[in-house]
Amino acid sequence: MSNLIAWIIRAIPFGTIIMFGSMGEITTEKSGNLNLGVPGIMYLGGFAGFASSYFYEKNSADPKGWICVLLALVAAIAASMLGGLIFSFLTITLRANQNVTGLALTTFGMGVANFFGVFILNGASYTAAPLAYASFSKKIPFLSSKLGILSKTVFCYGFLVYAAIILAVVLHYVLNKTRVGLNLRAVGENPGTADAAGINVTRYKYLATCIGAGLSGIGGLYYVLDYNQGIWATTGQIEALGWLAVALVIFTTWKPLNCIWGAYLFGMLYWLYQFLPSILGIKVASYVTDLIQMVPYVVTIIVLVVVSFRKKKENQPPESLGLSYFREER
Amino acid sequence: MSEVKTKEPLVRIIKRDRSSFGYKVWVRAAAILLALVVDAVFIYSVTGLNPLSVYVVMFNGTFMTSIRFSWAMRDLVTLLCIGIALAPAFKMHFWNIGAEGQVLMGGLATAMVMVKCGASLPTPVLFLVMFLTSVIAGGLWGFIPAVFKAYWNTNETLFTLMMNYVATSIVACMTNILRGKASSLGKLNMSTQVGWFPQFLGQRYNINILIVVILMFVMFFYLKYSKQGYEITVVGESENTARYAGINVKWVTIRTMIISGAICGLVGFLIVAGRDQTISTTSAGGNGFTAIIVAWLAKFNTFYMALISFLLIFLSKGAAEIASAYSLNDYAASIIEGVILFFILGSEFFINYKMIFRGSKKEVH
Amino acid sequence: MEYAIQLKNVTKTFGKVVANKNVNLDVKKGEILSLLGENGSGKTTLMNMISGIYFPDSGEIMVEGKKVEIRSPKDAYDLGIGMIHQHFKLIDVFSATENIALGLDKKQKFDLKEVKKKAQAICDKYHFDLDLNQKVYEMSVSQKQTLEIVKVLYRGANILILDEPTAVLTPQETARLFEVIRNMKADNKSVIIITHKLHEVLEISDRVAILRKGEYIGTVETSEATENSLTEMMVGKKVELNIARSAPVNPVKRLSISHLTVYNREEVKVLDDVSFDVFGGEILGIAGISGNGQKELLEAIAGLQITAQGSSIEFYEKGKEDQPLQLVGKTPKKIRDAGVHLAFVPEDRLGMGLVGSMGMTGNMLLKSYGNGPSPITDMRAPKKMAEKVKKELEVVTPSLNTPVSRLSGGNVQKVLVGREIAEAPTVLMTAYAVRGLDINTSYTIYNLLDEEKKEGVAVVYVGEDLDVLIDLCDRILVLCGGRENGILDARTTTKEEVGLLMTNLRKEGK
Repeated sequence: MSNLIAWIIRAIPFGTIIMFGSMGEITTEKSGNLNLGVPGIMYLGGFAGFASSYFYEKNSADPKGWICVLLALVAAIAASMLGGLIFSFLTITLRANQNVTGLALTTFGMGVANFFGVFILNGASYTAAPLAYASFSKKIPFLSSKLGILSKTVFCYGFLVYAAIILAVVLHYVLNKTRVGLNLRAVGENPGTADAAGINVTRYKYLATCIGAGLSGIGGLYYVLDYNQGIWATTGQIEALGWLAVALVIFTTWKPLNCIWGAYLFGMLYWLYQFLPSILGIKVASYVTDLIQMVPYVVTIIVLVVVSFRKKKENQPPESLGLSYFREER
Repeated sequence: MSEVKTKEPLVRIIKRDRSSFGYKVWVRAAAILLALVVDAVFIYSVTGLNPLSVYVVMFNGTFMTSIRFSWAMRDLVTLLCIGIALAPAFKMHFWNIGAEGQVLMGGLATAMVMVKCGASLPTPVLFLVMFLTSVIAGGLWGFIPAVFKAYWNTNETLFTLMMNYVATSIVACMTNILRGKASSLGKLNMSTQVGWFPQFLGQRYNINILIVVILMFVMFFYLKYSKQGYEITVVGESENTARYAGINVKWVTIRTMIISGAICGLVGFLIVAGRDQTISTTSAGGNGFTAIIVAWLAKFNTFYMALISFLLIFLSKGAAEIASAYSLNDYAASIIEGVILFFILGSEFFINYKMIFRGSKKEVH
Repeated sequence: MEYAIQLKNVTKTFGKVVANKNVNLDVKKGEILSLLGENGSGKTTLMNMISGIYFPDSGEIMVEGKKVEIRSPKDAYDLGIGMIHQHFKLIDVFSATENIALGLDKKQKFDLKEVKKKAQAICDKYHFDLDLNQKVYEMSVSQKQTLEIVKVLYRGANILILDEPTAVLTPQETARLFEVIRNMKADNKSVIIITHKLHEVLEISDRVAILRKGEYIGTVETSEATENSLTEMMVGKKVELNIARSAPVNPVKRLSISHLTVYNREEVKVLDDVSFDVFGGEILGIAGISGNGQKELLEAIAGLQITAQGSSIEFYEKGKEDQPLQLVGKTPKKIRDAGVHLAFVPEDRLGMGLVGSMGMTGNMLLKSYGNGPSPITDMRAPKKMAEKVKKELEVVTPSLNTPVSRLSGGNVQKVLVGREIAEAPTVLMTAYAVRGLDINTSYTIYNLLDEEKKEGVAVVYVGEDLDVLIDLCDRILVLCGGRENGILDARTTTKEEVGLLMTNLRKEGK
């Protein structure tokens, strides 16, 4: 039992990282843009968030936690939206190929974060922003201590975990119940039709891509300042998380509500190698744990295949995903 | 009825009929030059160094000594060969994003044969077995998503992307087994050097260079003049036309992806036997992704691929040189590379489209 | 007289192609105007400029007397202009209601229930058969068109543009559509109908505006127009409708089709127990409203459709008249390998018959690239063939390697037909062979088909123009709802007779 709790406690924060990442990517993909720059954007968000709070903590005589949080969030969202803007400009205005541009953005984002990260590290193998960590991981006062098992498993995380859930619900509402959502989905399905209906396709694509990037960036921020305990180190870890976020988008069949349980399931699967053997009371060799790490990806492939078998229209990717739109095409 | 805008659009975009070769070269050169200027601003603002002298240092990264040039060539052919592998798939409009994984599987197969059969097989047979298993392993990794694409139209971009991580995980597992209690795998068959490419003109990896150069010609020829290349073009253009022409679309899809994956597997073989003499999860080193950009920009022409690969390798070698000369770090290369790619990708727009500004067309009346 | 919309000297070019040249047009309030012109005369381009899809290179557009710039479909909507495109602008995964709600005025509250209520009221008023909860991908073509009309009506458009609205409709549906259009006219709205069907023009419109090759020819009162006068304005010269038709000589059975049944992907029967024979030395016309199984019939013969149990397609190759070959279950390649000379000019030229990115030479190879044991393609034979086709059919192309997608529609068709007749076919099937072509090219094609017939080829001609079918073919098979609804002698039948069979399935004929 305690193992299961430990497993859940690891899985939910892990899921939260990719949940942000994939909610951002869902927003982007709903507009028909397939942004494979998610890992790069998460790097940008993570690093900007860390750097801003790090410098604030270092240079302020009396740093305040809430300023730290605000600063980090603003910086992370701004930096990742900038990444989204580069992608938007290239693919929407200049109609560059989306796959290729996304991959270039991943290279770029990873480069920027780690390049400037080295300056902050200044020779050390890692640096920390302790106040930011403390502020981001602050637990809810009453709920996190008085409710026994619930406190231990459900109410023991920083606020971004709950923000992610709320965001998923909001996103679901916006996409399915509002005019903006209807228009956005139309743009992703068939930009020609949306255009004929008087919807500004370019604006929707830009906004969805940039806002989506902003959301993905929060994932990177959460990884550095909460999940990784406010520690920055030169890392390739975020890239793997970014691709997992892309995988999660497929797994959810482009539905934000599925993101909630999907992300946690991915978290459980990711930590499967550490907890399942002890729960089952068996010992496995370390190489088996390496092998188990593929499970989230295999599950995603299976979902992809099953969805294509069933051909249910509602579960397919947006119809014009990956294609750029040119009104006067003929 | 609401108010009506009375201004005509500031700029309108129309498709170009075609662009001359000279214009294309001009646009691309301008893009690279602009990118270098942006990079120069970046270098100056971060380091305060004179960008020109930095670029000179950068030049040294590839050209200072002959051994550096030879290293650059070694890395170039790795990238180029993956680009060559991707060319038929892309020409068929099949987005194979899974080269990284296909390379890893090929490398793993090679490494396993080296370790398990190194002592028992005579050298030529060993190389043959290494070659075959690597090609089969890579081909298998291309085959799986292709089958699902062919029969159920499963999205190949996402499928092949996921296959990368499955491969990474398998390689992690196998290297873990191979290394046993040691902290890292080290070179395979260190004492016997069995399964290593022989020295050729002073370097083992020169064999890689030779093979890839040959492959560059073969692939160019294959795509342009062979019957299979013709089929690939038709399938890429329109599936209906292909069916009308009596082409078995499913089979061509699968066959082409097997070829694409198999060449990626071959790259794994070259990396393990010719370059690294070992295997790890980072053996492909992101080349599988960079090669996608290379193959796309070169529009399936393997000679253009060589040019673009050279540009990218030159940049990364140069950036590494800058890094060590000015005690920066290697990631500068990723930034510079990213900026250049952005500019080249953006420049395609000016090749395919034309802009007409307000007021520039009054004479039409 | 108040004008709803006026166009002055509007010009639009695409690259080097002039789609509209100095077009003048005016539409009064409360009138129905037909915009008449052949395929490719620039009707749709012109209307797309009014509805904000394209922006004119030069010229003025005035709505209710005021000069306007229509830069986007939204601008058009704001001006009360609504267009129903030939290719429906609908989102497949949305419900009807969601499609109607798409792009509605932002000042109104977003309330799908309200939208549905109002849309239902419109449906009730005009007796539209539309389930507002249905997803578009589950709808039939005519349901989709109905939805498009409801969409425009919902927005209270004052100027309604319909691009070839009757092409996909049954006569009953057409009648109902015209009823709606008259109601709108009574409501003081202006309606523009793009069409090339003369009888419809005469039936519905008040005035007719004519375009020819992108140029504005004139506008006439319908009451003063006749089919002949309109045709003359449309095609520029008096058309000799008499196509040279030779009498069939020594007909030999080439194809024998019996009990052919085909289901489409949605498991709907698209061909239902069709049986007929095709003879060498004759042209068999196939008539029918588009989408009644013509495409599937030709594709089934060519080996591109899966046929149901019991279907049989027997092919009698030259010199092997006593040994018919069963084509059912064979792929196009197997059919070719069996020595069958079957030529097929499909409806979708660049999407099926040709490879757009290849030049003429490359396209000549399409069916024969696999010949011979060598893994390398032989480029000499196709090059010769391309040269021959270019010369004989007078194909206008900068070079044999210019991608055929850059050629004009007529030249594209010449390349395709040229290839198909180059290898001396036994049976030649063509689907809408003259669609989108100008009169001269069309006649080139008619004459080519007649030449083939004289040489003993069995020609199957799927067409939409009844005049041509009656003048060109020897026999006409009419398809209706995927069933063979009668085979007529083209020399004695009338348009009315064919039209009747196209629209009314005989009770239990055969």
